[in-house]
Amino acid sequence: MNTLSLSFTSHTRYEVNAVKRIYNRWKKYFSFFRLRLVTGLQYRAAALAGIATQFVWGFMEIKLFYAFKTSDPDAFPMRFEQFASYIWLQQAFLALFMTWLMENEIFDSIMNGNISYELCRPVDIYNMWLARSFANRMSRALLRCVPILLVAFFLPAPYAMTLPPDILSFVCFLISMLLGLTVTIAICMLVYMLSFFTVSPQGLKIVFVMITELFQGEVIPLPFFPPRMQRVMELLPFASMENVPLRIYSGHISGNETVRVMTLQLVWIVILIAVGKLICRAAMKKTVVQGG
Amino acid sequence: MKEKKVSGLRLYLKYISINVRSMMQYKKSFLMTAAGQFFASFNAFLGIWFLFMRFHTLAGYSFSEVLLCYSVVLMDFSLAECFGRGFDRFSSMIRTGSFDRVLTRPRNEILQVLGSSFELTRIGRMLQASVVLVYGVTHSGIDWTLLKVTTLTLMLAGGTAIFCGIFVMNAALCFFTLEGLEVVNILTDGAREYGQYPVDVYGRKIRFFCTYVIPYSLAQYYPLQFLTGRSDNALLAFLPLLALLFPLPCYWLWRFGVRKYQSSGS
Repeated sequence: MNTLSLSFTSHTRYEVNAVKRIYNRWKKYFSFFRLRLVTGLQYRAAALAGIATQFVWGFMEIKLFYAFKTSDPDAFPMRFEQFASYIWLQQAFLALFMTWLMENEIFDSIMNGNISYELCRPVDIYNMWLARSFANRMSRALLRCVPILLVAFFLPAPYAMTLPPDILSFVCFLISMLLGLTVTIAICMLVYMLSFFTVSPQGLKIVFVMITELFQGEVIPLPFFPPRMQRVMELLPFASMENVPLRIYSGHISGNETVRVMTLQLVWIVILIAVGKLICRAAMKKTVVQGG
Repeated sequence: MKEKKVSGLRLYLKYISINVRSMMQYKKSFLMTAAGQFFASFNAFLGIWFLFMRFHTLAGYSFSEVLLCYSVVLMDFSLAECFGRGFDRFSSMIRTGSFDRVLTRPRNEILQVLGSSFELTRIGRMLQASVVLVYGVTHSGIDWTLLKVTTLTLMLAGGTAIFCGIFVMNAALCFFTLEGLEVVNILTDGAREYGQYPVDVYGRKIRFFCTYVIPYSLAQYYPLQFLTGRSDNALLAFLPLLALLFPLPCYWLWRFGVRKYQSSGS
């Protein structure tokens, strides 16, 4: 009896230690995250301008598609409330998914050589940048989303944002939004890592932003593409960004389909992070610091 | 002895040539940015294309008619940005105090601000606009009489004038706020994005705003009605001339701002 309880406690102690070890290992990344989040929340005036702009954008987008719907109601691939919710969520959470919001500091540090300081720190550069991107995007989104969503809920009928069909789809929406954010950041990380191999990342950035905007459903939502093209696009990693959570919210994706698309999100996260870390390792081996 | 005064136009051309020459020192960067401009607006075009593949028509407008509208607005905006970039970035001139330097020179300050920048990189976007414009002109089934060609030219001039006016207005506001108002982006970038479609598709209230508040539709919607044969009223063809007046009040605001201006730079 005595020995049994002893072994039990030593076992828990081991467990506690393991948690502590993991916590200690990740503590530095959490503090990066917290630091960035606090800094980001300071820019309130910029956020206010952003909110006004996003609001007008959303409103005009919905007006435009409403005109398309009246021109040919049968061709509209989703219910109009679903579309309105899609657009308002897109505008409210813009900062989570837009690829033009890449970290210019990272590109600059790669170009001007400040990267060498960061490499001196006892942290993994991939994880650090990951933590930083999460914090920057989340702080921007936190400031902007509430007012936009609030107003969007109280708009008149065809333009208003609606509630999700049930609590389950709302929970799935939250989880898949986190997954989508991770996919977005992991894809951006690939671009940062690839820019180690070029002197100027300008061209890479332009092409990358253009492709992601079109393929993640930022220009027009994926259901508006020709059906055959849409089927291919849904398998690409870009569809796992904003397309999935925004359509789960309104119930446009539901049931077994939800499980399928969220699994696909997870698969892409694993692949993208693995590839990113591989490129990172290769880059670290051959980094030539350009700046003086 | 009195020195001969160089004419304003000569001076402006001199400014442009300096700007272009300095840009050409970084040829690769210039070409990259120009290509970027070309591609950045390409997505907007694809968006219109896919939507028309699905819906075929928008409030009675055909694909090529919308493209005509799209290319005209894109061209207006690119031209305005190319020539009026100095006003677009005016807030940095105020912040750094370089506008004080402008005021000490014995020449008109509008001319100097205008000459401070010439964005040739916008040629990428103009190129795309021209290609789409040619497609729109040839496929819209419009019978191109002399009057209609004039209308199209006036649309381009009027639209450019409106965007230039907004840039000047934004610059004038900098005298009071010291930094650019990001909200004005709604009037510039927003108009570029959503002005791709004739304004009446957005409903009556938006059309009202675009006629009486910021008169975009004078150079877009109304002359387009005449161009596409929706209206025979030839008066609509000359409405863009009214749009040419839009920069005037913006200029007054600017003059007012200059008079109130107290230096801010260090």
